[in-house]
Amino acid sequence: MQFYFIEFSYLLASIFFILGLKGMSHPESAKRGMHLAEFGMLMAIIGTLMHHEIITYTWILAGLAIGSVVGLAMGVWVPMTAMPQRTALSHAFGAFAAALVGISEFYRFGGHLENRVMMGALGFEVMLGALTTTGSLLAFAKLQGLVRGTPMTYKGQNVFNMALLAVTIGIFVYLIVVPGSMPLFFVMVGLAFIFGLLLVMPIGSADMPVVMSLLNSYAGLASAATGFVLSNKVLIIAGTLDGFSGFILSILMCRAMNRSMTNVLFGAFGSAATAAASGEQDGTMREVGLDDIATQLAYANKVVFVPGYGLATAQAQHAVRELADVLEKRGVTVKYGIHPVAGRMPGHMNVLLAEANVPYSSLYELEQINPEFPTTDVAVVIGANDVVNPDARDNPGSPIAGMPILEVDRSKSVVVLKRGQGKGFSGLENPLFFKPVTGMLYGDAKDTLTRLVQAVQHA
Amino acid sequence: MPLDDPVVQKILLISALYVFALAAFLGYQVISRVPPLLHTPLMSATNAISGISLVGSIVTAGAQYNTVSTILGFIAVVCSTTNVVGGFVITDRMLKMFKRKEIVKKD
Repeated sequence: MQFYFIEFSYLLASIFFILGLKGMSHPESAKRGMHLAEFGMLMAIIGTLMHHEIITYTWILAGLAIGSVVGLAMGVWVPMTAMPQRTALSHAFGAFAAALVGISEFYRFGGHLENRVMMGALGFEVMLGALTTTGSLLAFAKLQGLVRGTPMTYKGQNVFNMALLAVTIGIFVYLIVVPGSMPLFFVMVGLAFIFGLLLVMPIGSADMPVVMSLLNSYAGLASAATGFVLSNKVLIIAGTLDGFSGFILSILMCRAMNRSMTNVLFGAFGSAATAAASGEQDGTMREVGLDDIATQLAYANKVVFVPGYGLATAQAQHAVRELADVLEKRGVTVKYGIHPVAGRMPGHMNVLLAEANVPYSSLYELEQINPEFPTTDVAVVIGANDVVNPDARDNPGSPIAGMPILEVDRSKSVVVLKRGQGKGFSGLENPLFFKPVTGMLYGDAKDTLTRLVQAVQHA
Repeated sequence: MPLDDPVVQKILLISALYVFALAAFLGYQVISRVPPLLHTPLMSATNAISGISLVGSIVTAGAQYNTVSTILGFIAVVCSTTNVVGGFVITDRMLKMFKRKEIVKKD
């Protein structure tokens, strides 16, 4: 009876998880879908508490209580601009939990896992879990600004990393063939922890959307492997869904940059070597006055805002919304063009603008907004750089050649809001800034936008 | 038949592989339909859902196999619960912000 109750609660949870993710196809159905998934999770937890092997509840309840408090605090207080950091941290937590369960299972059998399939799954679980934990923690540190976001490279890095990975996998295979060595197992776990750090070290901040998605995928697959070890179907299903979601997202992100996964992972993009390839740009950047821009905006028919990571760092999402409000009151059509890799994680910009009360019908994807630029009077680029770099389209020699861009340079006038004259994260020169249609407005984006609001009101 | 019987083990493995393959296929179908608009909530939702490894952690923490397992299980319960609770709370919070035009106007 108890067996059926537990298994049935897992089956229910699996169905609700799938329905929950299916709801994600539209913002309106997503909310209901998530409530289903939450209910499914609750069912699975209640079911598990009935498990016959459980003797004492002290540690379980203590863990549930502490986790709930920490999770709730994180969920309620983390600002939307810090969403990439929070997500990286939660990948680390999830993967660490999977690794710990695997280690504990191995320890419980005293290292004598004669069943090779079981040992294989357990090895996968622990290795993926361990490398995702440290990899995600480093990604978190980079996103939070605790360590520098530029790629950290040294001579022979890729060779060294590959060698380390080969040794780790070698030990893994040995443990399957010749079971029983506890010390070797812990060497493998240790190496996997180190490999996670090495994997993320050479990857720059601008490539974080791909890394985040990949770590998401690994964390999911680690959970799925746990499911194989424990013969638990709901774990396999939820882990696989997570793993595939991350995998699909990382492919989409790579495609949005026209780069291969290998290039993202091992190319150390944004380091000194790639930046040198871009060369110098002729001409000068034209700085424009705030009042001129305000007048242009006030008398425009159509304005498109193009936000980038700079919008998040300046916390300027509400200021954009205010400017859009003022313009819409004057009868100007306002749209937002969102590049898939703008920001530090997939969909980052959409969330920020939604937070500032921008209706989602005003947020346009790359393919939807690009045909509109020729009829756009003013395109306002806010803290974005590489995603509007015309070199990607025009210069086959550019390191970002072939990357789909938002073609703001086709609009009648372009205004670029930028903190200073420096280059973007990739270190590339951006010819857009030197074009005759482009005017530069330097300063903190939030401050500039607030002053624009006032200027437009008086125009 | 006991669970560690070789025949039972084989059946368990094969059925697990079936589940994995079908879940992978289903995952691909479902996730491909998620618009870029919702990619951030998607990531935090799948994160919360994969916190289901909590069920494994719970058994490890409560079964008293040995002290080490209990300690590791306890830490795992804390980590997964943080993910489940934090992930769902934040996904809900994000999804509430995505509003239709008419609703935004009313605010």
